Amino acid sequence: MLPSYLTMAAILFCIGLYGALVKRNAVVVLLSLELMLNAVNLNLVAFSKYGVVPSLTGQIFSLFTITVAAAEAAIGVAILIALFRLRGTVNVDEFDKMRR
Amino acid sequence: MDRYTQAAWLIPLFPLAAFLVLTALGRNYRRAGVFIGSFGSLVAFLLSLLIVIDRLGANEVDYNYSFDWIVIGDYTLRIGFEVTNLTALMLAVVTLVSFLINVYSAGYMKNDERITVFYGYVALFTFSMLGLVLSDNLLSLYIFWELVGVCSFLLIGFWFTLPKARAAAKKAFIVTRIGDAGLLLAILLLFWYMPDHALDFTTIQSVFDGQSGAITNGITTLIALLIFLGAAGKSGQFPLHVWLPDAMEGPTPISALIHAATMVAAGVFLIARTFDIFQDSAAAMETVAYVGGFTALFAATIALAQNDIKRILAYSTVSQLGYMMMALGLGSLTGGIFHLFTHAFFKALLFLGAGSIIHAVHTQNINEMGGLGSKMRVTAWTFAIGSLALSGIPPLSGFWSKDLILTIAWETNPLLFIAGLAAAFCTALYMTRMFFLVFMGKPGAASSSAHESPASMTLPMVLLAVLAVASGFVETPWNSSFGSWIHDGSEEAHSSGVAIVGSIAASFLGIYIGWLVYGKRSVSRTAFQERTPWLVKLLERSYYVDELYAAIIVKPLKLLGSSLMVIDAYVIGGIVRLTGAAASCAGRAAARLQNGQVQAYGLAAVIGFVILVAAIVGRRFLP
Repeated sequence: MLPSYLTMAAILFCIGLYGALVKRNAVVVLLSLELMLNAVNLNLVAFSKYGVVPSLTGQIFSLFTITVAAAEAAIGVAILIALFRLRGTVNVDEFDKMRR
Repeated sequence: MDRYTQAAWLIPLFPLAAFLVLTALGRNYRRAGVFIGSFGSLVAFLLSLLIVIDRLGANEVDYNYSFDWIVIGDYTLRIGFEVTNLTALMLAVVTLVSFLINVYSAGYMKNDERITVFYGYVALFTFSMLGLVLSDNLLSLYIFWELVGVCSFLLIGFWFTLPKARAAAKKAFIVTRIGDAGLLLAILLLFWYMPDHALDFTTIQSVFDGQSGAITNGITTLIALLIFLGAAGKSGQFPLHVWLPDAMEGPTPISALIHAATMVAAGVFLIARTFDIFQDSAAAMETVAYVGGFTALFAATIALAQNDIKRILAYSTVSQLGYMMMALGLGSLTGGIFHLFTHAFFKALLFLGAGSIIHAVHTQNINEMGGLGSKMRVTAWTFAIGSLALSGIPPLSGFWSKDLILTIAWETNPLLFIAGLAAAFCTALYMTRMFFLVFMGKPGAASSSAHESPASMTLPMVLLAVLAVASGFVETPWNSSFGSWIHDGSEEAHSSGVAIVGSIAASFLGIYIGWLVYGKRSVSRTAFQERTPWLVKLLERSYYVDELYAAIIVKPLKLLGSSLMVIDAYVIGGIVRLTGAAASCAGRAAARLQNGQVQAYGLAAVIGFVILVAAIVGRRFLP
């Protein structure tokens, strides 16, 4: 069972990574980040159930990750809104002030 | 009876303290600076005098105090100070001349802006010279040896705004450096071959005295010759004499102190201190004697044709140092040191007299002077005494010391005796020429405004004149108290009728001819120049030694230097520039990556991560 869960998680992670690196819309980038986090969560849960040493720790840890991810998403969206007010756009490639 | 001798280490500390205080005070305390400098050397002189009195008793043992300085593995380097009769004598001479120079400079340097700097340098020099004299081993002697060289450099270049002074300072430093390299090699050789690597004079004496065979003859000769190279550099012996005449660009009191009485005598002192090494090697002794004898005659002939009053005295110094070397080379420690002792007084006196004249007429060309005798009576009288002493007229001090050297030469080496006689004749001739041109005859172009110098300048001259008269009586053909004092009672008096008559005859003949030409003018001054212009020209240009060195040493060195410059500029510089260019190219390329696109950075991070993972995973598949 484990390999299919891991494959699933890997596919999810790759989709998330692709989205985070390629998509122009910052909202979509944030969503992609969530996707990557969830792929990790899936791994954690899968190992806690089917791993060499099954343990509840993985599930509890994934709960923590979900909590932190929620907070992260809230902050991310807040920053995004502030940026939108400032620049009038949510396109990631226009946020290039670090270059100068 | 060595109450004061134990405190000998204090002597150099007074000038050192004076130097530190003068340096700390800065340039504004002009009068205070003069007093501090003079006071430091006065205390040092009084202490030295006490030590000499201490040691006048018969057969005083040498006092030595030393402590561990550096311990490396099982080798211990000890330094300390040693007081022997020879060092006590040198202490007294150095501190006395130094004190008199301090007093004299108060007048001579009065209007110089950097007078306190001058006094500071003089104090530093006195400290170094006393340290050199007191050193009980070759290593600390070498340190002080270099220190006096630095002071000499600083003081020759004291008026560094004059290009000639700068060049002279550099020349003095570089030429003496050649000799110093020899001395350093000698010390290294001694360190290598001596039992227990000992460098102190007591051990050197016992090793070379006892014929213990610890060091082979060849090595002994090599060491002795290298030490002589160092001494020749410092004491202006041929072929390293070229710096001394140029060193006259410095202030005149410095010429008197450093380049006549003390530092240039350091070479003679060094040989006297390591005399046992020389006595073990006949070849080295012969070299010293012949180089000394040659230098004595060579420099004396040059002095005949010079027109700069200080250059005449400088060549005369070189010539007299040659006498001292010749005496040492002929095996007479007494002769060398005795002449050093008397020469210190009368040559310092002559330089101070020359300074007094230059102070009055503001030129150094003796042809522009003349008739100064009536205007500067004290200077003229003291200068006359100094000249007669230098010429070797009995009973002045120079006669006794020169006569002792000539007697020894007569007994051992007739060739050198003749060279010494010829040099004595030339000495008397050029001193007479100088005296008549400066003090007698019609007033010259520059002598209209001449006046006697202030008391601070004439007083030291009078004192030195007294010493120039009296200091010779410590060693006469009938009384060798000086020799036995220096030598621990092992030298007997020399006397030889031929030498006495010869030296007196040579001196008087020189003076008589000088008087005929420059005093009575019954012989034309230019007669010689008309007959043999090439000879006069040769002497005027000092046998073209400077030109020769410029052609065979300086030019090739400069050529080598400029060719190395080309290599430096294009090969090494090219590599450096290439490295710089490569780095900036890489930087420019890397700067392209920084485009502000967060996603591009993310992609770079991911690629890096993938490469890392691939490397770690891929390693498993390698053998």
